[in-house]
Amino acid sequence: MELVAEALDGDRHALARLISLVEDDGIEAQEALAALYPSTGQAHLVGVTGPPGSGKSTLVNEFAKALRARDVTVGIVAVDPTSPFTGGALLGDRVRMRDLAGDPGVFIRSMATRGSLGGLAQATNDVVKVLDAAEFDVILIETVGAGQAEVEIARTAHTTVVLEAPGMGDEVQALKAGLMEIADILVVNKADRPGASRTARALEMAVNRNMASNDDHWRPPILQTVALDGSGVSEVLRAIEDHREYLCASGLLAERERMRVQAELLNLLQHKLLDQLLDKAGEEQMKAWIERIAAREVDVYTATRELCEA
Amino acid sequence: MTKPLRVLIAKPGLDGHDRGAKVIARALRDAGLEVIYTGLRQTPEMIVESALQEDVDGIGLSILSGAHMTLVPRVLEGLREMGLGHVKVFVGGIIPAEDEARLEELGVAGVFGPGSSTEVISSFVREQLSED
Repeated sequence: MELVAEALDGDRHALARLISLVEDDGIEAQEALAALYPSTGQAHLVGVTGPPGSGKSTLVNEFAKALRARDVTVGIVAVDPTSPFTGGALLGDRVRMRDLAGDPGVFIRSMATRGSLGGLAQATNDVVKVLDAAEFDVILIETVGAGQAEVEIARTAHTTVVLEAPGMGDEVQALKAGLMEIADILVVNKADRPGASRTARALEMAVNRNMASNDDHWRPPILQTVALDGSGVSEVLRAIEDHREYLCASGLLAERERMRVQAELLNLLQHKLLDQLLDKAGEEQMKAWIERIAAREVDVYTATRELCEA
Repeated sequence: MTKPLRVLIAKPGLDGHDRGAKVIARALRDAGLEVIYTGLRQTPEMIVESALQEDVDGIGLSILSGAHMTLVPRVLEGLREMGLGHVKVFVGGIIPAEDEARLEELGVAGVFGPGSSTEVISSFVREQLSED
């Protein structure tokens, strides 16, 4: 495909159009992805996640600046939520990434989560593949604020950085259940604010508990940053590099890659099979089933079984 | 699902009043568009670069400083230079009537002054961007 060739050849306009094509899905998108897939697998994929307002965009901006200072090229995918009511989205992550303007070694793309089930994960995966094939050394993936998508990021990224800001108090409890477990690196941002060391201590305790209950040999470091003035950022970058080395040396990189591919394959199969089944059943029949289930004439398990066996 | 329209909302120049730009960004979001909001103090070059990376269908420029006859032509030129001549540009802010006509001659798709309703702007932008 010409567009793929142009994009991989360094044409930024072609790259932007290719990302749109991939994001909009469809048969052309799949052909493009098939064409560029052999060129993927080189970049280090770093996920950055955390609650809204914890400083993800600002920190991503600082990461990118520091990486550029070392002549490492950076692709950024910044995801913000789509309104479930209007389908519109306000993508505001670029506001914090002004410093990166004018640098050909950086490519920033804002993405909306859009509607479809599981769509976020897959579309993000695919856009990341495009940037990977376009030979960006590091790809920073900034997720939406709190939610299930945050856990999904661990399946896409090699290294997941989880951000926390001080003053979350008891909410640290909640954090332990989901986010803690996917973190390769924990960052307490806004560390100039009161309570930062207390937050760090709470995370430390949680990490200790996690380390005791699994046999992972990587201990997520807990680092403090002030993204606004860049302090602590180089320590985080070093931790990201250490993690990359750990993944390579331990053979975990290949294992994670297999797990990622497995999750992606299962996810796509699930959607494909669902589409096929819905096509076969037809809208009318689906409506009829829904009516019958709502009227308590049949239960949802029986309906599922019959739809699958039909 | 049809592909959502993408639009960049930017404030070129040095005036620091971004309420209008934010209101428009929100209105376009509510009209179902994907709005990339870049914030204050953007140079024309930054705006063109963001438009390129984000592959947008249109750009809304908010200018209250009076520098529109300098800033807007530079955005339009930049777009043409980058092969983005198809991207529709609309302008909001304090624009005298005579300048409005001159901006439109230069290729601006629409100019909206104070008091423009967000419904009118949203449907205008929607229509303009859906054209091709």
